[in-house]
Amino acid sequence: MALLTVEGITKRFGGLVANHDISFAVEQGEIVGLIGPNGAGKSTLFDVITGYYRPEAGEVRFDGHPLVGRRPDQVNRLGVGRTFQKLRPFHAMTVLENVMVAAMQHQAVPSAARREALSSLEFVELADKRDSYARDLSTGQRKRLELARAMATRPRLLLLDEVTGGVDQRTIPTLVELIGHLRGQGLTLVVIEHNMRVIMSISDRILALHLGEVIADGPPSEVVKERRLIEAYLGDAFVVPSGGPRGSGERLRGEPE
Amino acid sequence: MGTGEPVTAVKAQEGTRASVRRVWGMGLLAVMLLATLAFPWVDRLPYHRDLVIRVFLYAMLAQAWNILAGYCGQISLAYASSVLQMRWGWNPWVGLGAGIPVAVALSMAIGYPCFRLRGHYFAIATIAIGEIVQTLAINWDFIGGARGLTLPFQKDSLLAFQFHTSKYPYYYIVLALLILCLLVSWRIERTRLGYYFRAIREDPEAAQSVGIPITRYKLIAMAVSAAFVSAGGSFYAQYVLYLDPDSVLPLSLSILICLLAVVGGVGTLWGPLVGAALLIPLSEFTRIQFGGTGRAVDLLIYGALLTLVAVFQPAGLVGLLGRRGRP
Repeated sequence: MALLTVEGITKRFGGLVANHDISFAVEQGEIVGLIGPNGAGKSTLFDVITGYYRPEAGEVRFDGHPLVGRRPDQVNRLGVGRTFQKLRPFHAMTVLENVMVAAMQHQAVPSAARREALSSLEFVELADKRDSYARDLSTGQRKRLELARAMATRPRLLLLDEVTGGVDQRTIPTLVELIGHLRGQGLTLVVIEHNMRVIMSISDRILALHLGEVIADGPPSEVVKERRLIEAYLGDAFVVPSGGPRGSGERLRGEPE
Repeated sequence: MGTGEPVTAVKAQEGTRASVRRVWGMGLLAVMLLATLAFPWVDRLPYHRDLVIRVFLYAMLAQAWNILAGYCGQISLAYASSVLQMRWGWNPWVGLGAGIPVAVALSMAIGYPCFRLRGHYFAIATIAIGEIVQTLAINWDFIGGARGLTLPFQKDSLLAFQFHTSKYPYYYIVLALLILCLLVSWRIERTRLGYYFRAIREDPEAAQSVGIPITRYKLIAMAVSAAFVSAGGSFYAQYVLYLDPDSVLPLSLSILICLLAVVGGVGTLWGPLVGAALLIPLSEFTRIQFGGTGRAVDLLIYGALLTLVAVFQPAGLVGLLGRRGRP
């Protein structure tokens, strides 16, 4: 049985349909890339899965548990961790305290939570920044902090919203390597990502959304040939370098404006 | 950490710094405690004693607000114990004890629906409820209505919680309450509860994402806060022996309490005490020096000082003294 199944999810905001009848499944141990132009409904889908939004229709199941109607904290306690596109560290707390808060779900005693938080911080190579305040970190460091914080709740499924967005080009390989390590730990991942080179290289499977609907679902090599996906991107804020062959994943590497 | 703010000024070698800080902190605390214990015997002016009693009382109320960490609980629940005492002849101590669960229950009943609102909207809702309660109190004869409650005069005794020949007992009772309040805050700061409170204050949605049931923890904060406000209110009633809606329920009182914590340092152990120790005497001083001129000069000076703090030291005065005073 799949670890996560999304069945016919529809989420509307007034007249805007952010997610329309979305269905897919994620197997244990898989890394699924979630792509689509801005406004395709990717982050909304994360918010529906993790309990921040209640969908108008559909059901989400994690390890057999129905998730719709549960609060975000309950979803997390079942084993679903997430990061946010717009980073949300606890600004006035230190890096270590940020992660300790998360670790306290399993380690109520601060000293034990501190140990667990430190190992999470070492994992993302942020342990040397443990006494800095979260507000003083660079964007790349904050992304790793969010990752460490989500990890400290010991999730089985991790939803990562824009791992490399807004990050220095030189930092991207470190983040990609981290995702590899996460898989090594047996985690299942769903990753929203705009950097095509990154998403194509890390994903086992790609799920493409456009205007709230799934327009492609398959291995990276096949998804890049999907005509509707190329149209969706070309019709939006994405640019294909001139002279590049259409449909080549390598060349489809534009960043959103 | 939190054992006394001025110790951060100590310059010491990196290795021994923490332990030196701790020793200084403990020493400073001991000196402060002795000084407060000895104060009424050294300075026998009743006016000064009254001022310090009010500093302690306000420090405790501000600390209670601080526990609620920016989620402003507006309602003064001093009435419960006085009503119990007057209408049914309950002992004031029993009233104080009974007032706490009543206050906690009321705060939960009000907090639960209001916690669905965020930030400013929560504040607006609680302010509205505060105003409703004040209007109710003014028109409800059972609790004295607009005339207020005058507590029955009794002979001096600890049991009756009334002291007339010597006001010293009031001083020590409020000091004990303040110390209890600080100890509870100190304890909370060091446990999961404190970490959760701070995370919820920083970003409730991120807090949820790491598995914190935020409504439950906000209610806990509200309950702790209400318990101390209730105890403070009962003390006030016994000290002044008179309660009326205009003196214990106005919005301006809630704002004053919140200001003390903000000026001293929100989310810090010592901030509310520092704020109260500075602002309560300051407002007295400006009132005495400049009040009665009919031009509200005292309020102008008071307001200007508050503005200065807000502009130049938003972390609160405790923030001047080191890392611990974070905003």
